[in-house]
Amino acid sequence: MAAIKDAAVAAGIAAALFLFFIGVHTVPRGGVLSVETRWAAFGVAVAVVFAGRLAIDLLFGLRRPTIRVAIPERLRGASRWVGPALVVFALALPFLPFADRRVMDVAILVATYVMLGWGLNIVVGLAGLLDLGYVAFYAVGAYTCALLSINFGFGFWACLPLAGLMAATFGVALGFPVLRLRGDYLAIVTLGFGEMIRIVLTNWVSLTRGPNGITGVPRPSHFGLATTPLERVVFLYYVILLLALATNFITLRLRRLPLGRAWEALREDEIACRALGINPTTVKLSAFAIGATIGGVAGSFFAARQGFISPESFTFIESAIILAIVVLGGMGSQLGVVLAAFVLMGIPEWFRELQEYRMLAFGICMVLIMIWRPRGLLAVRTPTIRLRRAP
Amino acid sequence: MTEALLQVDGLSMRFGGLTAVHDLSLEARAGEITALIGPNGAGKTTVFNCITGFYKPSAGTLVVSREGRLFALEHMSGHAIARRARVARTFQNVRLFAGMSVLENLIVAQHNALMRASGFTVLGLLGIGGYRAAEREAVEFAREWLVRIGLESRADDDAGHLSYGDQRRLEIARAMCTRPALLCLDEPAAGLNPSETHGLRRLLASIRDSEGIGIVLIEHDMGVVMGISDHIVVLDYGRKIADGTADEVRHDPAVIRAYLGDGEDAA
Repeated sequence: MAAIKDAAVAAGIAAALFLFFIGVHTVPRGGVLSVETRWAAFGVAVAVVFAGRLAIDLLFGLRRPTIRVAIPERLRGASRWVGPALVVFALALPFLPFADRRVMDVAILVATYVMLGWGLNIVVGLAGLLDLGYVAFYAVGAYTCALLSINFGFGFWACLPLAGLMAATFGVALGFPVLRLRGDYLAIVTLGFGEMIRIVLTNWVSLTRGPNGITGVPRPSHFGLATTPLERVVFLYYVILLLALATNFITLRLRRLPLGRAWEALREDEIACRALGINPTTVKLSAFAIGATIGGVAGSFFAARQGFISPESFTFIESAIILAIVVLGGMGSQLGVVLAAFVLMGIPEWFRELQEYRMLAFGICMVLIMIWRPRGLLAVRTPTIRLRRAP
Repeated sequence: MTEALLQVDGLSMRFGGLTAVHDLSLEARAGEITALIGPNGAGKTTVFNCITGFYKPSAGTLVVSREGRLFALEHMSGHAIARRARVARTFQNVRLFAGMSVLENLIVAQHNALMRASGFTVLGLLGIGGYRAAEREAVEFAREWLVRIGLESRADDDAGHLSYGDQRRLEIARAMCTRPALLCLDEPAAGLNPSETHGLRRLLASIRDSEGIGIVLIEHDMGVVMGISDHIVVLDYGRKIADGTADEVRHDPAVIRAYLGDGEDAA
């Protein structure tokens, strides 16, 4: 009986949704739109939902999927060798037989987003500051690199640290006004900041050439290492891989330093931090600045790889994707970011054959992950210091 | 009698039209436990928030004198009060870093010393300087406190997974890891069972006697207050109505009236 009631509720919700999606249909007729109704299709769809829900309830019982929070113990042990194994795999990737041009392009894309994810992870995952405008720093880095090389003839390697520095400056500039904000309010302000940067880039035509973008950004000089086009791609891959690994190394080290612990403490309880003599201002600004630096360096790489940048590349959806990588990976988890970047960037690339169903497949993946692992793929925090050695 | 560690003079705190604390003066001395008691809503926690910089008092001065230096708390921000005047506090509703381990809670409390040792992160990041030694020392200091509060075996567990009584003790240990001169405890016995309360009394007495620091205590459990306080200040409606030793306060008619009400219901 409970199963029938549950199925009826599901069918009711479906009916409300399908009424407009399926039940009503617009057709162009002689230049004007007219409305047609499709009650048969509507009825079938609702019936399918009812029957399907009933079947699920009867087969699996009415219990909702239990939310598993803890990760199995053996997975925890596995994470100790999965990280190094992935690094070895990443380093060897260009020499593997299937590594053609397309695979390398996807690998570069994934590595870029891994780096961005790790950068945002400092701000969101460790310091707990919800930043919806992270792409702004990516854009600042990219434009710094492009403008310096176009106008002053700077090479990529000179641009890299300058782009990081510039992004850090913007990070602090964003940090100051939002110091008092947390959670939703902070998210809205950072969202606005991201849009501001993009709109300035679009409209400051004399500097940025507006929506036309900047072309002819020189590729990274490769010290004569690469000759064929494929080798050049492989070289780019190693550049982003090393940048990403450096990011990871720095983050892992920072976590074990007082600054990193203060970030996490700030995420847990800002008031308690103040009572312990920790200055929340400097702690927050350092998180913004370091996160922004990483975004800026990644942006600089992006500009040099593409050779062309325009404000189009730095829309809100980019911020959303990077944030999705962090959240999906499990806040604060370095390995989780890698897995999530694979899922979010790699899968849509691989599913290109599916064409218009690509985003559908992507959406299904997201829903499945959220059902199985609602706190992210790897939502496990290991303490940064132990009294006893781990067993 | 030693010089006052904390000297509060003419403290008033108004929130709009409400005067939570009115012209309050009190002092707390090093090596003594000063209890701040009063019925609910008397303004005790407001006084604490003024001492620890969470509120800016509307009027009055709060001075900590430590090692011959004076700190005017009303002009300092909360984190500076903790760092420079060395005033540590706990909260009425425990505020641990629940997602971090017990040991990490105590290490974060030593943030400022470790920050210096790590060359404000730069040297620590490069792996040079005395950071490793400083961290080992910090862990050792934390371990001493864990032994004192009986939580050494739980050091690597999440602080949020401890029982309530353990969390309360851990919060006191965390405050002590900042090496304070003055420790402010907001209802440390709230929610504890009788044996935990007994342990708390011993812990507070041992902190007073071995560390020689001043403790200011807000508490409703009269057993704790009367048993360990050297000095009791009674508040009612934001005003001080009594000030003295446990015996003096216990027999003060104003205190009895505040807690039990007037016999004749004078309205």
